[in-house]
Amino acid sequence: MAPVPPADPTPSPLSAPKRPAPKPPWWRDRRIVPWVVQAVVGLLVLLLIAFLLGNLIRNLTAAGLLLSWRWLQQPAGFDISESVIPFNAQLPYWRALAAGLVNTIRAVLVGLVGATLLGTLVGMASFSHNGLLRRLARVYVEVVRNIPLLLQLVFWYFVVFLTLPNGLAAIQLPGVVLAKSGLYIAGFGEGLRWMGPTLVNGVWQAPVRLSVEFGALLTGLIVYSGAFIAEVVRGGIAAVPKGQWEAASSLGLSWFATLRRIVLPQSLRVIVPGLNTQYISLAKNSSLAVAVGYTDLYSVAETTLNQTGRAVEVILVLLAAYLTLDLLISALMNGLNHLVQIRER
Amino acid sequence: MLWYRTLSLGASLLAAGLLAGCAGDGGGVQSQKLSTITGRGKLICGVEGKLPGFSFVGPDGKYLGLDVDVCKAVAAAVLGDPAKVEYRDLNSSERFAALASGEVDLLSRNTTMTLSRDAAGGNGLSFAPTTFYDGQGVLVPVASGIKDLKGLAGKPICVESGTTTELNLADRMREQNIPYTPLKFQTSDQTFAAYLGDRCVAVTSDRSQLAGKRTSFPNPDAHTLLPVVMSKEPLTPATTNGDPAWADAVRWIVYGLMQAEESGITQANVDAKLAEAKDNTNQADLRRFLGVEGDFGKLLGLPPDFVVKAVKAVGNYGEIFDRNVGPASALKLDRGLNRQWKDGGLIYSPPFR
Repeated sequence: MAPVPPADPTPSPLSAPKRPAPKPPWWRDRRIVPWVVQAVVGLLVLLLIAFLLGNLIRNLTAAGLLLSWRWLQQPAGFDISESVIPFNAQLPYWRALAAGLVNTIRAVLVGLVGATLLGTLVGMASFSHNGLLRRLARVYVEVVRNIPLLLQLVFWYFVVFLTLPNGLAAIQLPGVVLAKSGLYIAGFGEGLRWMGPTLVNGVWQAPVRLSVEFGALLTGLIVYSGAFIAEVVRGGIAAVPKGQWEAASSLGLSWFATLRRIVLPQSLRVIVPGLNTQYISLAKNSSLAVAVGYTDLYSVAETTLNQTGRAVEVILVLLAAYLTLDLLISALMNGLNHLVQIRER
Repeated sequence: MLWYRTLSLGASLLAAGLLAGCAGDGGGVQSQKLSTITGRGKLICGVEGKLPGFSFVGPDGKYLGLDVDVCKAVAAAVLGDPAKVEYRDLNSSERFAALASGEVDLLSRNTTMTLSRDAAGGNGLSFAPTTFYDGQGVLVPVASGIKDLKGLAGKPICVESGTTTELNLADRMREQNIPYTPLKFQTSDQTFAAYLGDRCVAVTSDRSQLAGKRTSFPNPDAHTLLPVVMSKEPLTPATTNGDPAWADAVRWIVYGLMQAEESGITQANVDAKLAEAKDNTNQADLRRFLGVEGDFGKLLGLPPDFVVKAVKAVGNYGEIFDRNVGPASALKLDRGLNRQWKDGGLIYSPPFR
């Protein structure tokens, strides 16, 4: 509520002896009424929440499904195809959910970096002097952002990645093998011995392995979010006054140097808030991983829900995890936004 | 979007819990579900929807299959018309939430009965009699030369997430100490697409499902079922624990189909049998079973002749089996464990008394 000026005009301090102003009744007092209204509304909201929660608890009790978290300690009994943190079927559910969360974060982090790079390049390309490059950038943006992400993921996985050759026919480069089951990269294996990819019993093995499921999800997320980020970047660049370009070019700076030194730094303050939205979308979109067989948090939660029957609890875990992830991204981006804003003195 | 559907089902369960009326815990004999269904004029039945032999959409756009026939029998018994069913396709992960939130009245979706699904502290389902005794199998390409589970060591295996299959696979492989990579997908379509795309060397599921899916492969003969049976999978229709009277009605409609086969009552002769029962007062068993005398229907909240209506709609259990998955179908499955108890099988209806 905005502060309200007193109802009666204040007399000057030196005027006639102060007569006590007639005090309005409390229901017309502007200092009291707003408080009363807010208190009533607040109380109603609290009552509604209490009613809903009470009803939830009453109904869950009636159905014998009162919130319980003991299942988190029970052994999961299912395996996870790829996990950054060690996991096996005897470990408890919370470890499985943690492994899923780490997989989600891994996809989101790499996706963020990839989509930002791709989006920035495409956004810059749409200001290129090269007409072909400019039009390519437009075509990419228009095609990709008008096709549902789920469809694109299924396309990348089933049409692109699953048509890769398998076994001995796989694409083999020194230290790197790209097969239908994934990307295998040489590294330090057991006992810190340098190991290249090897074919054991018809299955490729290597110290560093990225599955095609991860690859398909990542490609889909980067290509999809990249298109939106390209638009944000394009908007940011377009917001920089034309005079800046002209001034830079009169100084003899090249197109790229102008962008890098003059235009992009100024456009950041327009770009960053838009990026925030795209980053949050990317984090949420990563839950589509289940469509391409990547075991992210959502996939693990689904299996957990099915086995334990604790639907409400598992959904609460999911809600909390994605909310935290998105708020974290948002907080970081707000911090960044603060850094790139114009310092006004 | 699938993830969205599952999430929304979970969320609607949350919302149902939040908003469900405070009144109306009348309990007692009267089934709230039954009056909802009769009031609505149709049964909402949750099915798989894409599984040949069990529930799938036929060339004329109508649902067909063993699971579908159970829905039809229940609709015929309750509403008098097997066509008064609305089918909802559910994937493995959404099915229990859909049932718990009341979105479907009956789950007839090749669902394995297990302790945790039945128990009030688990999924809280109420299972009807098992309509198909199955076991988990493994399908591999003939060309792979794999003969047993050991041959799968270190290889990726496709499996549908949220199924008992997924757990059995983990248990069997752990028992025999065979390392493997499970690749989990949300729907059977994705699972089989990945298998046919050669991403996995094997796909595991109930043997009947593998046999059913194989019929729709481009080259069915290039794939073979391993002889191993990894688990018991009694596929069973289910309702919720919340309405015991409705669960009883479904249970005895299914038993009615089984008893009809045992008593030699078929879709073709059910009218003749009914006439015979009406004429012969000394055929007490038959008269009670077909609702000519006694009040079995009333006890369950159903019409007295609910068995006649169900059998007239879809035939007896044996006819349902033969038509959908047996010799007369593309699946050509043997009756096996699903024979009548008199023939050494497990299909056994308690007495209608």
